Amino acid sequence: MNPTILEMRNITKTFPGVKALSDVSFSVKRGEIHCLVGENGAGKSTLMKVLSGVYPFGSYDGDIVFEGAVQQLKGIADSEKVGIAIIYQELALVPQLTVYENIFLGNEIKKGITVDWNATIKKAGEMLQKVRLDLNPSTKVKELGVGRQQLVEIAKALSRDVKLLILDEPTAALNEDDCDNLLKIIEGLREHGVTCVLISHKLKEVIRIADTVTVLRDGRTICTLDAAKGEVTEDALIRNMVGREINNIYPARSSAVSDEVVLEARNWQAYSPGLDRQVLRGVDFKLRKGEIIGFAGLMGSGRTELARSVFGNPDGYHITGELLVKGQSRRLSSPKEAIDAGIAYATEDRKRNGLILIQDIKQNITLANIKSLVEGLVINKNDEIKMAIEYKDALSIKTPSIEQKVGNLSGGNQQKVSVAKWLFVKPEVLILDEPTRGIDVGAKYEIYTIMNKLVAQGMSIIMISSELPEILGMSDRIYVIAGGKTVGEMPIAEASQEKIMALATNY
Amino acid sequence: MNDIKKLLRQNIRDYAMYIALAVVIGIFTVLTHGIFLSSRNISNLLNQTGYLAVLAIGMTLVFIIRYFDMSVGYLSGFLGAIAANAMVYWGFPSPLAILLVLAIGLIAGLLMAIPIAKLGVPAFIATLAGWLIYRGALLLATLKTGTIIIPDKFFNAIGNAALPDLFPSGSPFIPDMHKLTLLLGLAAIVWFVVRAIVDRRSKQAYKFEVLPSGLFVFKLVFMSLIIGAIAWIIAGYNGISWTIIIMLVLMFVYDFVMNQTVLGRHIYAVGGNPEAAELSGISVKKITFIVFGSMGFLTAVSGILFASRLQSATTIAGAGLEFDAMSAAYIGGVSAYGGVGKVTSSLVGAIFFMALSSGMNLLGTDIALQYIIKGAVLLLAVIFDVQTRVRKG
Repeated sequence: MNPTILEMRNITKTFPGVKALSDVSFSVKRGEIHCLVGENGAGKSTLMKVLSGVYPFGSYDGDIVFEGAVQQLKGIADSEKVGIAIIYQELALVPQLTVYENIFLGNEIKKGITVDWNATIKKAGEMLQKVRLDLNPSTKVKELGVGRQQLVEIAKALSRDVKLLILDEPTAALNEDDCDNLLKIIEGLREHGVTCVLISHKLKEVIRIADTVTVLRDGRTICTLDAAKGEVTEDALIRNMVGREINNIYPARSSAVSDEVVLEARNWQAYSPGLDRQVLRGVDFKLRKGEIIGFAGLMGSGRTELARSVFGNPDGYHITGELLVKGQSRRLSSPKEAIDAGIAYATEDRKRNGLILIQDIKQNITLANIKSLVEGLVINKNDEIKMAIEYKDALSIKTPSIEQKVGNLSGGNQQKVSVAKWLFVKPEVLILDEPTRGIDVGAKYEIYTIMNKLVAQGMSIIMISSELPEILGMSDRIYVIAGGKTVGEMPIAEASQEKIMALATNY
Repeated sequence: MNDIKKLLRQNIRDYAMYIALAVVIGIFTVLTHGIFLSSRNISNLLNQTGYLAVLAIGMTLVFIIRYFDMSVGYLSGFLGAIAANAMVYWGFPSPLAILLVLAIGLIAGLLMAIPIAKLGVPAFIATLAGWLIYRGALLLATLKTGTIIIPDKFFNAIGNAALPDLFPSGSPFIPDMHKLTLLLGLAAIVWFVVRAIVDRRSKQAYKFEVLPSGLFVFKLVFMSLIIGAIAWIIAGYNGISWTIIIMLVLMFVYDFVMNQTVLGRHIYAVGGNPEAAELSGISVKKITFIVFGSMGFLTAVSGILFASRLQSATTIAGAGLEFDAMSAAYIGGVSAYGGVGKVTSSLVGAIFFMALSSGMNLLGTDIALQYIIKGAVLLLAVIFDVQTRVRKG
């Protein structure tokens, strides 16, 4: 048998305006646990989507050789047929159905035209044993915790004679015991001859479990490390993950930070509304007038949850800890109260929850502070147009007209509308969640320039970003968040990509 | 010409509605040898539209915030029956009965919002429950006698009578016309023209782009002619009715709220993207309560108009009205995805819907065929809507 089960050769995948993968090669030996690591946006998920057929054959360049044959996978159904199974972070189980129904969903055991439920239940039980899950197969999936659901997903993959199992950050949402258990099961699978590819941010578990590690950065393969040769060390991993060049230019800014603290959180903790998950486990930060602080951390570290819990808590988290706005302890119980307290929050996903795409630029800009344009009962629409044009010009939003629907703008211009909207509220604290995600370099530079102008005028900015160069280029001070906690704080002078990455992955 | 083309392209969805209405009116007028456009028929048509249009206005807001409400048909029937009971059996004077019903309508609307906004019940189920409950309530309210005949003159005038004329009939000055109606028509034209000019001046003062003056004058003349023609036709029969006045007043109030006030802006924002609206400091819950409250209130108005028009409350009053109102709103261009819609267009949609009935009745079209044609028209209207929106991207 061929010792190499999978070889991806020179994979290049481009999206409009972005090269997500360039010339990536990735090769997995039969029966090994192969970890794939890299920063947010390094291309790990894109690569796995190419492999599993989510991005079908023809939409990328390069070859996928699986079990010695070049594959032309046109969808998940194709990749499952050849024996590749992928388990995403967001589990793909139907919560209302039972465990056995889920395991054989889409792969039902049939007797004539009917489903053979007895055989299904029996087989499901066997699969559960393989993942060491002691569970009645008739249990509904929604009654299980995340850890056990994950195991059911793996059982589901095993039921289809999987040869290559891909796990995309399986431990991100698990507690320590569940993590440990899962890693043991993956090791068990290796003994049964199942090859695993594991995407993970937690370097400790990578070091513990990996036979081989491939590091991706900026859509390229950086190196492949062999554990047997002692190459897999924390140092080596971090060094290869972050060596990212700071190729964006950041506009210069003379720091205008004053001593006045405008926003402070003390031991800020939050539980999900059902109390079943602690999303924040103790965050402390201080924001001074005229300062930009950067929140660095990996996907799922709790950065967005932190922003939203501070911004009036629209998710209904149960919160403990103290929030001080200009030295005064406040409990902000709706975004409206947060806005009134001088806080603004430009969301991470501007299309989903930041902008109203079917409305025009003008209406989006004025939305959060339309009251300021009211005379008597009536909105002064002419003033509204005037203000919108002012903001359009100030932020150089490129559009033929302010009556253009926001849905028709480019990502960069949409982002500027989103920022304009919050500037129109005239806040003292502006929280920018991934302010430059998905926008081109020129627009990024413009956003940075605007940020500099704002802090020069005395505004304070919290910037949440997955891009370390951006964090380092723009912040006065940096907080590192991991596992819902602040795990580090450093002034910009002492910060480096290596230092941040070491803190962010070490939990 | 280019200007007109541009204007047409930008507002194709709005204009299409009016063009379609004009085409339908034209076809019916030809087929009925002019009877359709007679003063009598148009007056009746508009009076019949009243209770439907009022519901369609309320439904428009509900659609805009991405919900829908099928309880309003039987609720309007039930509220009409309450008014009848209040006047006939409980000895309420008619104005008090009207106030009572309006209050109950408002409360019913707010109650409907509780399961939907607070408890997470899908609108389909909550309002289906309402549909059943009010159907039963209507039967209860008419239990004693079945149909309740309403003898109150004031109450019945709302749905049937025209405004009294300024000059006694038989005066030599245009004898066959309802003078007050003509005067109101003239006032409407003056108001429309003055407002358009003031608005244009103000825009110019801000140095904004305005319509080229030729096109502007054309628009003014065209609209004035339309208003004048409608007033002339109505004045040729009994004159403008209380129903039409109520319908127009509500349209103006709602149009004003939706387009000129913060509340209106918030309603459109919630419909356009509820999450973004919430994060912009708008309470989606509060807006939901307001919109359903308004729906309940307008349902009460509709119930009053309907009972008054029939001069009675019946056991099946309002049955199916909810779906007619939804059809009218969709024909009027409310988006099936929320966030987009105009109360004025929904009013036109209601007139369009009623014009179909009226015209087909005049032609003696079988009722079975009428339903089928209305269904096809509704489907075409929404297909057109979805397609024009998709192309705009």
